[in-house]
Amino acid sequence: MSTIALKVNGKDVSTEVEDRALLVELIREELKLTGTHVGCDTSQCGACVVHVDGVAMKSCTMFAVQANGADVRTIEGVAEGDALHPMQAAFAEHHGLQCGFCTPGMVMTAIDMVRRLGNDLDEATIRHELEGNICRCTGYQNIVKAIKAGASAMAS
Amino acid sequence: MYETSYHRPSSLADAASLLANASDGRLIAGGQTLIPTMKQRLAAPSDLVDVAGIAEMKSIAVEGDTVSIGAACTHSDVATSDAVRGAIPGLAELAGMIGDPAVRHRGTLGGSLANNDPAADYPAVVLALGATIHTDRRQIAAADFFDGMFSTSLEDGEIVTRVVFPIPEKSAYAKFRNPASGYAMAGVFVARMKDGAVRVGVTGASGNGVFRSAEIEKALLDSWSPAAIEPLTISAEDMLSDIHGSAAYRANLVKVMAKRAVAAIA
Repeated sequence: MSTIALKVNGKDVSTEVEDRALLVELIREELKLTGTHVGCDTSQCGACVVHVDGVAMKSCTMFAVQANGADVRTIEGVAEGDALHPMQAAFAEHHGLQCGFCTPGMVMTAIDMVRRLGNDLDEATIRHELEGNICRCTGYQNIVKAIKAGASAMAS
Repeated sequence: MYETSYHRPSSLADAASLLANASDGRLIAGGQTLIPTMKQRLAAPSDLVDVAGIAEMKSIAVEGDTVSIGAACTHSDVATSDAVRGAIPGLAELAGMIGDPAVRHRGTLGGSLANNDPAADYPAVVLALGATIHTDRRQIAAADFFDGMFSTSLEDGEIVTRVVFPIPEKSAYAKFRNPASGYAMAGVFVARMKDGAVRVGVTGASGNGVFRSAEIEKALLDSWSPAAIEPLTISAEDMLSDIHGSAAYRANLVKVMAKRAVAAIA
């Protein structure tokens, strides 16, 4: 067991975890932030993507102790109060989801995409950049539209 | 996953001693291979020694005719480094083709090399450019480092600290991804060195892991063009054969990827 201290969605968290506990287990089971999903548990699907120190990572393939001292942001932490993050709003506007299971990971990946590549993303880039996020409903068409619009909206 | 004890040393010396004192210790950096392996209970280390935070293993620098990259640099660090993109664009390009964006944010150069997965990308560029692997004990030439599938010449507890790549005149990498896993079914790194030598590293295809293709090197030395590779028949002997592709299929993929890599910088 290790005692770790980190920030999650801006709040200080100090807790004891088993060294083998995954970051996603801490997020979902201890902190009860169940917006972050576990789809494949084999780092393929991206449903568990969160931001660690501002960078997208798969929380199913990282130990909670490795996030000691880090600033973690989950899907619950991207909106400003009742105002959705522009990327969340774009997913709603363009219906970038079918069952919704992959959506938190898609949104977190999309925000990271904008951080790295800027606000003007073309369709080919978005599709390529989504290689680590799987939508089992295969609803990519609207996901791509939503990310393109959300990326633009993040500029304003 | 079985229980384990996690350590995060801040120096190389501390990492080495933690590893030496563990009953069955393993290094971890990005953990993008080790954590899935532990989940499947194919690995059950008593101790994990995390080297991702060791400062001296994280820098990237152009030094004379070489690029020196810390073993704890992530694939994303290498892919986006101005120094690497300027000196060896083929290497930056290769790093940006590993896994997916989130995996590239954690997986590391040293971890990939120490694991020596036969379908990993980095072994192709390390062998092709004749890089030197620096450890906490010695320096190992790429030609002496890779030792067959998932095997290297690293000793127990030896820590890869840095890799030094000679800067070629030009180089490029092309790979055919397995559509499900994204791993290379054949990945070919071609390089023309500053002394005119041609070196070609092939990953993903052989059951013995990464290798240099003498016949492609010879053909490209005679004429640096995709057409020079066209008449070759790559031997299917030693090639992997599984549900994803037969040995003959992979042998042909090596040729096709070599042609694409050369075409990209012809």
